[in-house]
Amino acid sequence: MSAVAVEFKEDYLQAYRLKSWLLTTDHKRIGLLYMASITFFFFVGGAAATIMRLELMTPKGDVLSSPDAYNRLFTIHGVVMIFFFLIPSIPAVLGNFLIPLMIGARDLAFPILNLLSWYILMIGGSIAIGVLIFGGVDTGWTFYTPFSTMFSNTMVVPAATAVFITGFSSILTGLNFIVTVHTMRAPGMTWFRLPLFVWALYATSLIMVLGTPVLAISVALVAVERLLHVGIFDPALGGDPILFQHLFWFYSHPAVYIMVLPGMGVVAEIVPCFSRRPIFGYKLIAFSSVAIAVLGFLVWGHHMFVSGQSMYAGMIFSFLSFMVAVPSAIKVFNWTATMYKGSIRLDTPMLYALGFIGLFTMGGLTGLMLASVGIDVHVHDTYFVVAHFHYIMVGGAVMAYLGGIHFWWPKLSGRMYPELLGKLSALTVFIGFNLTFFPQFVLGYLGMPRRYYEYPAEFQVLNVLSTAGASILAVGYVLPLAYLLFSLRWPPDAGPNPWRASGLEWQTDSPPPVHNFEEIPIVTRGPYQYSPEGAEAIDGNGDDASR
Amino acid sequence: METVTTHRASGPPASPNDEPILEEQFDDLEQQHEASSVGMWVFLATEVMFFGGLIAAYTVYRATSPREFALASQHLNVGLGCLNTVILLGSSLSMALAVRAAQLQSRRNLLWFLAITAALGVCFLGVKAVEYYQEYREHLIPGLNFQIPAQVVAKSTRLPLDPRRFEMFFVLYFFMTGLHAFHLIVGIALVSVMALLTWRRWLSGSGETQIEVTGLYWHFVDVVWVFLYPLLYLIDVQS
Amino acid sequence: MSGHVVSVRTNITIFVALLILLFATVGAAYLPLESLHLPLALTIAAAKAVLIGLFFMHLYYRHHLTWIVSVASLLWLGILLALTLSDYLSRGWLDIPGK
Repeated sequence: MSAVAVEFKEDYLQAYRLKSWLLTTDHKRIGLLYMASITFFFFVGGAAATIMRLELMTPKGDVLSSPDAYNRLFTIHGVVMIFFFLIPSIPAVLGNFLIPLMIGARDLAFPILNLLSWYILMIGGSIAIGVLIFGGVDTGWTFYTPFSTMFSNTMVVPAATAVFITGFSSILTGLNFIVTVHTMRAPGMTWFRLPLFVWALYATSLIMVLGTPVLAISVALVAVERLLHVGIFDPALGGDPILFQHLFWFYSHPAVYIMVLPGMGVVAEIVPCFSRRPIFGYKLIAFSSVAIAVLGFLVWGHHMFVSGQSMYAGMIFSFLSFMVAVPSAIKVFNWTATMYKGSIRLDTPMLYALGFIGLFTMGGLTGLMLASVGIDVHVHDTYFVVAHFHYIMVGGAVMAYLGGIHFWWPKLSGRMYPELLGKLSALTVFIGFNLTFFPQFVLGYLGMPRRYYEYPAEFQVLNVLSTAGASILAVGYVLPLAYLLFSLRWPPDAGPNPWRASGLEWQTDSPPPVHNFEEIPIVTRGPYQYSPEGAEAIDGNGDDASR
Repeated sequence: METVTTHRASGPPASPNDEPILEEQFDDLEQQHEASSVGMWVFLATEVMFFGGLIAAYTVYRATSPREFALASQHLNVGLGCLNTVILLGSSLSMALAVRAAQLQSRRNLLWFLAITAALGVCFLGVKAVEYYQEYREHLIPGLNFQIPAQVVAKSTRLPLDPRRFEMFFVLYFFMTGLHAFHLIVGIALVSVMALLTWRRWLSGSGETQIEVTGLYWHFVDVVWVFLYPLLYLIDVQS
Repeated sequence: MSGHVVSVRTNITIFVALLILLFATVGAAYLPLESLHLPLALTIAAAKAVLIGLFFMHLYYRHHLTWIVSVASLLWLGILLALTLSDYLSRGWLDIPGK
């Protein structure tokens, strides 16, 4: 080091030794570690889906050697996509990176636990990849009993172990976020000055913390029953298989809100910025996030209408499922109202956000249809359900994740992505997605069951459309991977606030210094300081000049 | 809001590390203490739900097979279970006094109370081991050597009884007490490590936050047992 | 920075109260109370848990965030138990097999 005092201008990316990444406790680097991991898992799950869609191009089973192979494919697709991609995605990548920045803190409350949660994900993920390599598991990601405990001849216990271990990654992340948001906000950052992304992730963390332990117990019980041949869920041994479903769905339904709430948080950040208007109904959206988290725990029986659950319980769960749609709808209306009379710019993040709003609405409305017991009896376990949840998970959560990555890419990396390619990819994803999954609504309504690798010939046209869509969708996903990585070759000169966005994360450098802020900011205003009149004129802080 | 009071023993500070170390992500010691405490409470909430899954299974099976569960429960040793409850409650007392000693910067008392806590925890495990061995001798371990006891077989000819639900009780009994014992072992390890670090003067400050957080975990393990005892042992003590 | 320091007397009083409640639980188990056994046992256990939580775990002396966390966790356990039981207890209410 030179004798002259050196200005502390090191950004968090200036780390070139493996140790400084693998032993980091910096939330920003941990966010990037997660991003690399989940991208890998996304392509593993996507490969499984590709093979499935290839098989489903023809009514007969001709790509795969046996129906067993197909069972293993859809299982690994579900397990990997849900536990190793969707659940960590926005929380562990964007949440880890942004929450301290957005609340004006130097890091999360427990940085070492944060690193540990990434290692736990990697350990669980390694076991899952091992399961994949050594033959897979064929129970479906839902591990329904007694098939999983008594009859399956595949690696159920290792798969259950992988899920059990990975759950703790989720729990630790949620715990970290809750404590951080409660105790480490900057001076002046009251709850109602928090960005809605933070509210959404806080609500998500509540779900992670309260729901995941029950999943852990349910897969542990599956392992116990399988290893010791004792009857917990097997009716032949005095058990009740529905009990497994109760315990499993108690987590797995709120889990879908873990997957979608953060996406809603991303949309709530993007839409005001690209409409140049403050969010409409801030408090309603904030409270709706928490309401979704709470109500989401009361509806799990809607996965079990035809399982043998009592009719009265089914009616209660159906009613509660209708209730949980209300806060989601409130959010959709508020985002839309935000755009009204705004000065809208259709940059890539906004395209993804708009895609989210439309596709999530379709997915959500079909969810309401499924919540009606009468309709569900007809379409349960058909492609209607598959289309419904893919509209939310892919049309919703994945698009929001991509939108968020593009929106915050300049902050993460200091570089801008190529805008034309960004728009092109967004469009490709949107078209590919709808072509893949809309035919599946029709297929399900017409009666094609899910998790079947052969089907009656009259369903072929729709299946071919779906597979064609999937190939387009794949292109839409590979393009961003390519151009985002390529953008790293350019110098980091995006500037602190290329979007002229409002929020503490934009008040610091791109990429941020290791300690986030030179000085901890003191917050005096709420978020979303936008106005359409000031859209063109900006002052030095990146705010609209009219404020 | 909590009142902030510090009670210092009279005389010079016990060691150079009198002030706790402030981690760099925190603004001040109060924020750090608050975060640690809230963090442990949130973790305990996850533990409530973790045990809760087993309690749900227990609830469902006891509600649908009350007689089998009552009969099975009679094969547990009420006296030993009661003794264990006394031991664990006593360990909670010593843990609470340990926390108090840490707050008062009284290192010797802290060490003693931590040692007593860990020792009582080990006693609990010893009694549990005796019980488990007894259950092993009576062929009541599912998956290992389970056999319905003769008098239950005799009873079942008179009243409809599902022997599989009788065994179910023991599956849940072993899983719930086993999970509890695992948490207790972790607790004993934690308390022992805290005692060692206190003895080596390694903890910053007087270890107040660290001991308090350990105490929260220990008391939680006690609360779980407070519920497990009546639920498992006292379903129907009269035959 | 520290919280309230609980006196030795308080700690021991709570411990004695816990022991009394324990012996009450065991004693009540031998009384002919039929269907009251379970609610009584759970009530006494809850009372013990409340004492441990309030005094040993310092909830009595802390502000409402930790209260909310502890109450919320119990509430969530309640949700799991209540809605699961709603299935099991209402089976067979309709005279349709399997419903």
